[in-house]
Amino acid sequence: MSQDLSQAFDTIWADLAGGASMVGLAIVGVGLIVWDIFNSNDTRIPWVAAFALLGTAVLEMFRLNEADTTAFFELIRVGGVASFINVIILGSSLVSVVLSVPYLRQIRHAYGEVYALVLFATAGMLMLGTANNMVTVFVGLETMSIALYILTGLVRHDEGAVESALKYFLLGAFSTGFFLFGIALIYGSTGTMYFTDMAAGYAVGDFKALFWAGVGLFLVGFLFKVSAVPFHMWTPDVYQGAPTTLVGYMSTASKAAAFAALVLVLFHGIGLVTPEAGGGNLQLVLALSALVTVVLGNLMALAQKNVKRMLAYSSIAHAGYVLIGLAAGTSSAYAGALYYLLIYAIMNLGAFGVMALLEWDGREGRLQTLDSLSGLAHRHPLLGVLMGVFMFSLTGFPPFGGFFGKIAVFAPAVEAGLTWLAIVGVLASVLSAGYYLRVVYVFWMRPESEGDPAVRDTTFAVSRVSAGVLTVCAVLLLVIGFMPFVRNLTQSFFNSGVLVLLL
Amino acid sequence: MFAETLFLGASLIAIVASVGMLVSRSPVRSALWLILTLIVIAGLYLTLQADFIAVIQVLVYAGAIMVLFLFVIMLLNLGEMPDLERVDFKKGVGFVLGVAVLTLLTYIGTTAALDFPASSSDPATTGTATAIAKSLFTQYALPFEMIGILLLLATIGAVMLAKRTFE
Amino acid sequence: MDLPFWLLALVAFGIINFMLISASVLVYAERKVSGYMQNRPGPNRVGPGGFLQPFADVFKLVFKEDIVPEGASRFVHSLAPVLMVVIAMTVPALIPFARGVVIVDSSVGVLIILALTSISVYGVTLAGWSSNSKFSLLGGLRSSAQMISYELSMGLAVVSVVLITGSLSVVEIVEHQSAGAAVLGWNVFRNPIGALIFVITAFAETNRAPFDLPEAEQELVGGYHTEYSGMKFGMFFLAEYVNWFLASFLIATLFFGGYLIPFEPQLLAAVPMLEGSVWLGVLQFVSLMVKVSFFVFLFLWVRWTLPRFKYTQLMHIGWKILLPVALVNALAIALLVVLFTSV
Repeated sequence: MSQDLSQAFDTIWADLAGGASMVGLAIVGVGLIVWDIFNSNDTRIPWVAAFALLGTAVLEMFRLNEADTTAFFELIRVGGVASFINVIILGSSLVSVVLSVPYLRQIRHAYGEVYALVLFATAGMLMLGTANNMVTVFVGLETMSIALYILTGLVRHDEGAVESALKYFLLGAFSTGFFLFGIALIYGSTGTMYFTDMAAGYAVGDFKALFWAGVGLFLVGFLFKVSAVPFHMWTPDVYQGAPTTLVGYMSTASKAAAFAALVLVLFHGIGLVTPEAGGGNLQLVLALSALVTVVLGNLMALAQKNVKRMLAYSSIAHAGYVLIGLAAGTSSAYAGALYYLLIYAIMNLGAFGVMALLEWDGREGRLQTLDSLSGLAHRHPLLGVLMGVFMFSLTGFPPFGGFFGKIAVFAPAVEAGLTWLAIVGVLASVLSAGYYLRVVYVFWMRPESEGDPAVRDTTFAVSRVSAGVLTVCAVLLLVIGFMPFVRNLTQSFFNSGVLVLLL
Repeated sequence: MFAETLFLGASLIAIVASVGMLVSRSPVRSALWLILTLIVIAGLYLTLQADFIAVIQVLVYAGAIMVLFLFVIMLLNLGEMPDLERVDFKKGVGFVLGVAVLTLLTYIGTTAALDFPASSSDPATTGTATAIAKSLFTQYALPFEMIGILLLLATIGAVMLAKRTFE
Repeated sequence: MDLPFWLLALVAFGIINFMLISASVLVYAERKVSGYMQNRPGPNRVGPGGFLQPFADVFKLVFKEDIVPEGASRFVHSLAPVLMVVIAMTVPALIPFARGVVIVDSSVGVLIILALTSISVYGVTLAGWSSNSKFSLLGGLRSSAQMISYELSMGLAVVSVVLITGSLSVVEIVEHQSAGAAVLGWNVFRNPIGALIFVITAFAETNRAPFDLPEAEQELVGGYHTEYSGMKFGMFFLAEYVNWFLASFLIATLFFGGYLIPFEPQLLAAVPMLEGSVWLGVLQFVSLMVKVSFFVFLFLWVRWTLPRFKYTQLMHIGWKILLPVALVNALAIALLVVLFTSV
């Protein structure tokens, strides 16, 4: 009966140190729940959460230059690329938590549990984003998703929030089914759960068709999570009805985690199956999905009157840009995709953060139109300027980060022979100026008299912390393009990778 | 031979029961079909010599979770759902797509399943509770703990959404 | 047991008949004991001392008309009692009646028993739903809520036993209790809290008083079987008594040494000819039946001692007392096992 377990936990301390961020956040989350039992809705809870996120983010920054290794029986990656992904996730979570404090208090839902749930979700994202095994991908994905379903429905007395939570939950559960079935088929055909053994398993396996069926289902699950067309239908409704700062959280951190996992699984596993063995199909699938995502996301965003809904479609479009990078499938494209995710996280958090401050309808901003905020920048010049920066950056105007991000994904696509896709991406970006700059136009150029009378009576309280955080985001966007070491860093992650050895 | 017969029988019933679940118009009947599906899936696990998993499947899914399903359905007193409507154009397209997918799956199934692979690992060492526990508590300890967090957060979230008020 | 298939089938047939006969004996026992407890004679007309009363009842039930209420779901209405009886009759296959006398010695036997218990709740729930009657529905609802609430604690009590034994096989659980001096190896002494929890949850899972809310006659007429008549009602009746009997078997097997005879080594030393003879098996069976009879009596004893719980009390006990205690107990047992045995 007894089995030899004496070696099983030999590396436990090294493993725990490697996964310190994930483990630490989970423990702090449990601690916050217990705290909230004894001291309900304590105002210090969010700051503890923010401090934990800050601490882990700093820790991961120090690890950026460490070698890319694995921990916990090779289940997760540690250091190097994993740290970069963790920094994006932890940074977005930190910004979201800080912005949420005044916002949730304003909409009267500042429960202590919310911050514990954010920490749990973040721990799940870290597991997903740095996974090296299908099991960790799935468990991380579910931890993240279920926490997000709950956060979406936070304002349960508002029918819009309930609608968005229910839609998210049902469709998310449905997509999880596809995802899991895909994993099962991939495992069945390769005999391994580890990304890094997949290509070898595929080569000796007998069931090539099963593998591709599995990859197809797996991709369906992933494309749902990153809201790529044709699995994007949930995004606008969910983003419109959920609490705004938390929408910022789910549109950046969760997307970064899902895309990071996709990058890792493509780079270390599925993508290694060469075109001769059928890998070319995968590129075509990703490219087509990128094409429709970019086009449809931008076209639909043009027609929106509500800013949150517009930003939802815009986030679909940005998922398309990242997919362009993934479709290219070279090491510099993967690096570009990660770089893009970082910049996208900053600018999208900023945009949602500003909109969270400009809410007046008492319905999480799902009813107010853009036009109702006419001329608002004259009353709140700081918000006007910040929104301008974020909008220009989202469009991809040169000095801002968004421009450099787009170069980082489009250039490798051209090198990989997907020039047509890159051209579509650039044209779509031009199109996107139509709706992003309209926000700037309405904020600055329209007279206040064209706005909603209710807006003129509302004083938008802008706390110093929120303004400070948003300003930091904006400044980062301005300077990040001129910090080439960030771009070089992402490139360095993939230079020593297996792919290069193969080529 | 027995395993093959069991597999074929169980998978046939599973398919029929799943279809039954989809087409039943009464929620309770749907749930009953689902229970049947879950139980025969336990039979599929038995063909893989995974006794422990099979029993757990019955105990947890068929036994505990589906009782909750039934409980909620009966508590809400859900009536019959409306009958299936006549086939319209959209459903026609869906039907064609469905047939296409089915053809594809059949094609994959027939081409892939022609030589049935023998289970490569020794079943006595992979399907037992001891073997599962060992890999769960050593190799997969991290996801296992994370699932603990997942269940905790789901519980807390459910209670928070249902009961919490902000003073 | 490596018996040929036909012999195994014969043994199984024998056991099923044994359970059927026992059920009628139990009916008689319950009525008689209840009678004495209430200071009245109980059945004493049919047969010597009223012993044939249950058989007369069975004949009555068989000849009664089978009524399916209007608007009932016919198939499910018939399925429910069948489900109850089939599951009740399956469990004995896993219970060792003496050393080596067990139909299936599965490596996951205890779990199979738990799984069967959890399935059997469908019988009650579906009977309640399919009858198209509010009393039945309420009975079914109460039953499923009660079963869900107590199944967890029961499972945890079983887990504590499994932790001590290190095996999920029922036979190994029994044999493991032969360690220790005389009766001190029994799980009830090694794991008293687990034993108590298991006994309480066994009452709840069999819907016996004081947990008989699903069929509380004062409020719900007959509960889930209000709308059943004839032999379908008889099957519920049968299943209930068999379950009661089986619960006693399980308590005896898991916590009171099963078929083990107290002071068995000393007995064997005194009478060496017993070793390996069939009489040892008979003695073991008698030992088991004595224990089982005691628990059967315990069920009756409790029934006429404690009043029925209110629904709120039921939920309170299940979730706020039994479950935490069972959890802590399982943890403590696990800790003790790690500390005091070499894994």
